[in-house]
Amino acid sequence: MSSDGFISIRNVGKSFGSFRAIDSISMDIQQGEFFSLLGASGCGKTTLLRMLAGFETPSQGEIFIDGQPMSDVPPFERPVNMVFQNYAIFPHLNVRDNIAYGLRKQRLPKAKRDAMVDEMLDLVQLAGYGDRKADELSGGQRQRVALARALILKPKVLLLDEPLGALDKQLREQMQLELRRLQRSVGITFVFVTHDQEEALTLSDRIAVMQGGDVLQVDTPNALYEQPRTRDVASFIGTMNFLDGRVLSRVNGHTKLDIDAVGEIDIPTPHPAIVEGDRLSLAIRPEKIVLHRAAPDGPAMQGNLEMTSYLGERSHFHIRVPGCVEPMAVSAQNADLGEIRALEEGAPVWLSWHDDALIVLDGK
Amino acid sequence: MSELSYIKRPNRGLKIYAAAFLTVLYVPILFIPLFSFNDSLYVKFPLSGFTFQWYIELWERSAVWDSLGNSMRVGVAVSIISTILGTLAARAITRSRLPGQNAIVAFVMLPLVIPGIIFGVSLLILLSRLGVSLSLYTVTLGHLVVCLPFAVATLLPRFEGFDKSMEEASADLGENGWFTFWRVTFPLVLPGVIASLLLTFTISFDEFIMAFFLTGTDATLPMFIWTQLRFPQNFPSVLALASIILLVSFLLVFVALWVGRLGLIEPEESQS
Repeated sequence: MSSDGFISIRNVGKSFGSFRAIDSISMDIQQGEFFSLLGASGCGKTTLLRMLAGFETPSQGEIFIDGQPMSDVPPFERPVNMVFQNYAIFPHLNVRDNIAYGLRKQRLPKAKRDAMVDEMLDLVQLAGYGDRKADELSGGQRQRVALARALILKPKVLLLDEPLGALDKQLREQMQLELRRLQRSVGITFVFVTHDQEEALTLSDRIAVMQGGDVLQVDTPNALYEQPRTRDVASFIGTMNFLDGRVLSRVNGHTKLDIDAVGEIDIPTPHPAIVEGDRLSLAIRPEKIVLHRAAPDGPAMQGNLEMTSYLGERSHFHIRVPGCVEPMAVSAQNADLGEIRALEEGAPVWLSWHDDALIVLDGK
Repeated sequence: MSELSYIKRPNRGLKIYAAAFLTVLYVPILFIPLFSFNDSLYVKFPLSGFTFQWYIELWERSAVWDSLGNSMRVGVAVSIISTILGTLAARAITRSRLPGQNAIVAFVMLPLVIPGIIFGVSLLILLSRLGVSLSLYTVTLGHLVVCLPFAVATLLPRFEGFDKSMEEASADLGENGWFTFWRVTFPLVLPGVIASLLLTFTISFDEFIMAFFLTGTDATLPMFIWTQLRFPQNFPSVLALASIILLVSFLLVFVALWVGRLGLIEPEESQS
């Protein structure tokens, strides 16, 4: 027993031959949590999920589920069930038999079993579809069968491997809501793999951002967006502007920075590790930047409007700032823009922000 | 302008070629049933009249029934054993990461191209060295060598054609390897299993060379036909027997091919 969470992953690594799919990962997932593994393809998220299911054996480390070490437990004895990426509905069985597949071992009387299947059909809104074959179902219906087939066994953990990836956009959004509703009503811990950041932000209680076999940050959607710790996380989730600078001095929790292309500014810094003379990276979200036609009071950047994209409720601007490699991205509600809207491309503009909009990143 | 695409455009030259090909292939065979109904001891034109005499004669000879029984016994044993072995081999080939996998597949398939006479002679030498007397068992052994590659070749596409995650899903839902095989793998490859049974039975039933070397006192049907060729007066009934075998073989192979393809296309649609 060395677990803090309901699922406890301790120094788990996985190699396929000479390829290191997962470095040493440790994290905890709480009971009843909707937990997402988010990352681009090849980041190791599916490998980690398959290790939780028991289809892959960790090359190092140990996984605990509900306090029990899992390394010697085969997939068919683990208290987890999985929804596969392609759903893996058995084509030779109808919907009822697919859902009842895992009940064989429980040796239930037929009436009891039928009642359980009916209950599941209701839960996933497939009542009346019991006699259909797998090839008579749409993508969304297959997914519901896969969910019902797993949930009927009342697993401690439900693993979902990009279950919405194959659905079209509209159905995907509908299924997202439904998954969330389902997770709340059954109260089972969900571990959800996705490469879609929006999906992860919408659904999850917490998200682990993965890259190259490493976990970069584990946090709530809000914290990931507002307080990314590294440049990789910051650029992976949403759009982000980056600034480089140098620490001039630290006084009373305030830090004086010399930022390239901006000059000296003062920020309140929660970051204890910053030392005078350090180079550091700062990040700022496009919607936290305010545009001005004339120089505002306080610190500001001056640049030229390079491009405007009108998106109905809001507009996106690219502003070329001398000294910055990338143009600064700015996003604003059109209702708040006023005279800025009428600006020609190439016009000079000033950018300002609130002190707390600047995020100090780890490293460089 | 034709609405057919370039590749689907009809080609008269190819049609004629295909017709000629099939004619050359099957016309000689058609002479066998033709002469089996001919009211004459001799195979020659012009035909002298229609008769069922040779078929009736066949019916009344106990040696025919004996050899038919032998062939059935060998055929059933061979088809069951080679299909079981073929199923295991196909599963191993498609499901595990074996070192030297391609070499293993090549070795399994090798009997397809090694002349039967070589296999027959070598088996005969081996068995006589071991002191095993020739019987229907040795014929069965020889036929297994011949039929196993066909069983594997029939079953491999079925195993390759279905998604590995089906078996993982079964394991995930609590079934161990054995129950996963019975509840998921076997039903999904069942058409291939049936096709393999029919095909290997047909091959064993028609096989001559192995039987020639390995038969003891009990003759299989092809061996019986071979011995009858020495007696000219029996020749028309041999033709009658050959006609029946042809017909049954054709039917079995057609059914095998048809069953083997059942459902091969649909499961693929579930993959994204």
